Amino acid sequence: MDVIETVFIRNNLVVAFALIGVIIWISYYLADKLTAGRIHGSAIAIALGLLAAWWGGVVTGGRTGVADIALLGGIGLMGGGMMRDFAIVATAFGVKLGELKKAGLAGVVSIFAGVLVSFFVGAIVAVLFGYSDPVAITTIGAGAVTYIVGPVTGEAIGASSEVITLSVAAGLIKSILVMIGTPLVAKSIGLNNPQSAMVFGGLMGTTSGVAAGLAATDPKLVPYGAMTATFYTGVGCLLGPSILFFIVSSIF
Amino acid sequence: MIVYGVALLSVCLVIGMLAGETLGVLLGVDANVGGVGIAMLLLVFASNAEKFKTLASGAAGEGIKFWSAMYIPIVVAMAARQNVAAAVDGGLLALVAGVAAVVVSFALVPVLSRLGGSSNTISAVKEDVR
Repeated sequence: MDVIETVFIRNNLVVAFALIGVIIWISYYLADKLTAGRIHGSAIAIALGLLAAWWGGVVTGGRTGVADIALLGGIGLMGGGMMRDFAIVATAFGVKLGELKKAGLAGVVSIFAGVLVSFFVGAIVAVLFGYSDPVAITTIGAGAVTYIVGPVTGEAIGASSEVITLSVAAGLIKSILVMIGTPLVAKSIGLNNPQSAMVFGGLMGTTSGVAAGLAATDPKLVPYGAMTATFYTGVGCLLGPSILFFIVSSIF
Repeated sequence: MIVYGVALLSVCLVIGMLAGETLGVLLGVDANVGGVGIAMLLLVFASNAEKFKTLASGAAGEGIKFWSAMYIPIVVAMAARQNVAAAVDGGLLALVAGVAAVVVSFALVPVLSRLGGSSNTISAVKEDVR
């Protein structure tokens, strides 16, 4: 047992490559045999990943899913922000400038529209659940923007840790739902070209959600959606503790 | 040389991140503002420019394509390290807020895509011609 532990932990990134390879192989096999290709293999792989993350979190009580299990620590490095951003940028290779320019304005509008809409939807839900303190309402609304904007806003305006935790949970739900839901609704919302992918990235904003959702829909759309999504969290952190907090304070 | 492409990709990401971080400081925001997006733009410019041809074509290009192809596996690993347990524990308020935000945002995609207006009709025409 010691031998396995030593080897797995010392070579954790390599173990992760092998493990993810197996998961993807199984997923594509299932997609082909069980769904006759109707559900994309990567959608199944992402769903399996989320399931494993849930299991890892329950078993260890940690915050990084299956990566908290010592033998699988490499998953944390492979799926961490650095590798994710590196691979996302690589997908821009071969993108045509013309496509970006075509949706430029709609993309920028969608970022601001996305932050505002998610914030107010989240804030309204908080009010419906009985919150009347502007700090809590703003923080929960910001959590519905992304799980990064929530705590950044909450800490800036002095929210309690329970409210901040709640805002992170709302953001996580959003991110997970975008990962799973995007391939299911892609057709009905016209998500099949670079322009709508840029609008989609700007509206959803959660980088992880957009990255995984588009990968499971059509990998060719990934760079366009990711491009706008990466500005979203920054805009959210800018507006949350400032203008949006002032607006909420003026109402409550 | 494959490493030339990987190095070009890395330089784009580092410059983009520095720009995003600087933008965050200038705006007084505790976040990286669009670092990845800026890096992507840099890579698009570089891979289309004549000057950087040796860094982005041939074997060097394969170095970038490899990481682009590793994107989905990395996303699967990313899914496996999300704090799903906390999301599940968040309770009804978190669930309703998250779901409502996603549903409304999904619904807005076709509305705002139309804002691109003329551009969409152009691409539709192009598809007809094909």
